[in-house]
Amino acid sequence: MLNLDETGRRILAEVADLHEVPEGAYNIRSNSESAGRRSTENIEIIPKTDVSGIEVRIKPGTRNESVHIPVVLTKTGLHEVVFNDFYVGEGADVLIVAGCGIDNCGNQDSEHDGIHRFFVGRGARVRYVEKHYGSGDGKGKRILNPGTEVYQEEGSAVEMEMVQIKGVDDTDRLTTAVLAPGAKLTVRERLMTHGSQTAVSTYVVKLEGEDSSADIVSRSVARDDSYQKFDAKIVGDARCHGHTECDSIIMDRGRILAVPGLEANNVDAALVHEAAIGKIAGDQIMKLMTLGLDESEAEEQIINGFLR
Amino acid sequence: MLELKNLSFSATDGSGEKEIVRGVNLNFEKNKLIAITGPNGGGKSTLARLIAGIEKPTSGRIFFLGEDITDLSVTERARRGIAFAFQQPVRFKGINVLDLIRIASGKKISVSDACLYLSAVGLCARDYIGREVNASLSGGELKRIEIATVIARGARLSIFDEPEAGIDLWSFNNLIEVFENLRGTVKDSTIVVISHQERILKTADEIVVLSGGAVVRHGKRDDVLGELIGTSSAVNYCTGTAEERGGAEVC
Repeated sequence: MLNLDETGRRILAEVADLHEVPEGAYNIRSNSESAGRRSTENIEIIPKTDVSGIEVRIKPGTRNESVHIPVVLTKTGLHEVVFNDFYVGEGADVLIVAGCGIDNCGNQDSEHDGIHRFFVGRGARVRYVEKHYGSGDGKGKRILNPGTEVYQEEGSAVEMEMVQIKGVDDTDRLTTAVLAPGAKLTVRERLMTHGSQTAVSTYVVKLEGEDSSADIVSRSVARDDSYQKFDAKIVGDARCHGHTECDSIIMDRGRILAVPGLEANNVDAALVHEAAIGKIAGDQIMKLMTLGLDESEAEEQIINGFLR
Repeated sequence: MLELKNLSFSATDGSGEKEIVRGVNLNFEKNKLIAITGPNGGGKSTLARLIAGIEKPTSGRIFFLGEDITDLSVTERARRGIAFAFQQPVRFKGINVLDLIRIASGKKISVSDACLYLSAVGLCARDYIGREVNASLSGGELKRIEIATVIARGARLSIFDEPEAGIDLWSFNNLIEVFENLRGTVKDSTIVVISHQERILKTADEIVVLSGGAVVRHGKRDDVLGELIGTSSAVNYCTGTAEERGGAEVC
């Protein structure tokens, strides 16, 4: 059983789809304390002693196993910085589910800054899923500033899915990656901001090795008075492929700044960026209205599909 | 079932106000397939959009099943039983074919039921059901999906705005069957097809000829068709130009 109250459980379900302890290895952190931890034969979770955080060591060749490391904050006024390091052994193939949910009913800001470092061994494959969620009607802000560093060895593959759909007031995310020959990084980011939220997402990806590749795609919706900045930079130092895409819908008085950056330092680097920002197309709403939806239902369908 | 009373529509362009539909009076009964034809720019599509509520008339009234729907929104008209197939289907990022068919049917129908609507328009259902309705689909595929959404509505009045434009010969042949089936499944339903394809006109019960925004002829097929053969209002799909076929390169 997990040592969590009702709100904690609801948040856990939102960020990690968990209703009970998950299969495999896990570390569940609640209000700066451990609410449950389990290592498996192939995946060892070791708490750090110098700073707050854990080390996750995945043995070479580990296949079809998962690690869940969700974080729940339900107390107002908590500020924490957590350093989690993942060492993924050669040839391993694993799923890592992170995610943080804050419920802040109080008047003081609550903040969780998770700094994740991934050391991905030769030929290893990692699927990383990270969901952010906020709830609570207190005046205190819900703040998440994640930092993610990825170091990929030869022939490794990392797929990251980062989702922040609701309730987080302030986010400043920095993701950096360095890729060795043949390594592949795929990022799918989905973001929706509303109210007066701000979200900044910055990527710096260095394609150092021959035939390395990166594909970073962000889909986002900015509603009400919210503001987003998407700043994606790919540096090609070798024969490589890089692609960034920012596709955004603005509504109400929302604002979005897209700053695509490409730097080619090798004649065989092939880098592409695409960015599109605009409101929902009127003919899309009209089509759904001819199918019987009213205007707001049509908008909802379009946004849900867009952020799927 | 549908009555248009003195319906007019004007739009302003660079050269000033232009009357696109002028004083149209039409009465369509239930259980009919009605083809609206006429030269390009004659106001056919605008008339269809006025019925669906996408455009609002400058003057005149529209009655559907005895109710004045002139002031009703697109949504309200849809909910009362009017379905509309766009000439240019709309693309969506993220919404897939199954989503669209479910929205159209108004209920969470099973995947296999949704597939039936795709099969009806000649698409191999399992290849398409999970596809996004986006630019990865060809114009012809989008058009067939558009028609499938209208079939899924099961509406009393289904309006097709140039359904043959941009589709290949096979689906063109199939269209006739689609109309027949639709009439068979929805009781007392009427279908209005905007088209100048001779073969579609030949299957209609009634033909309306719209020119310069006004109705110049409305009558039973056999009475009207003879006057149209050989004009741009009744184009033979196989001998007409590609432009007349809506761009389809066939035959």
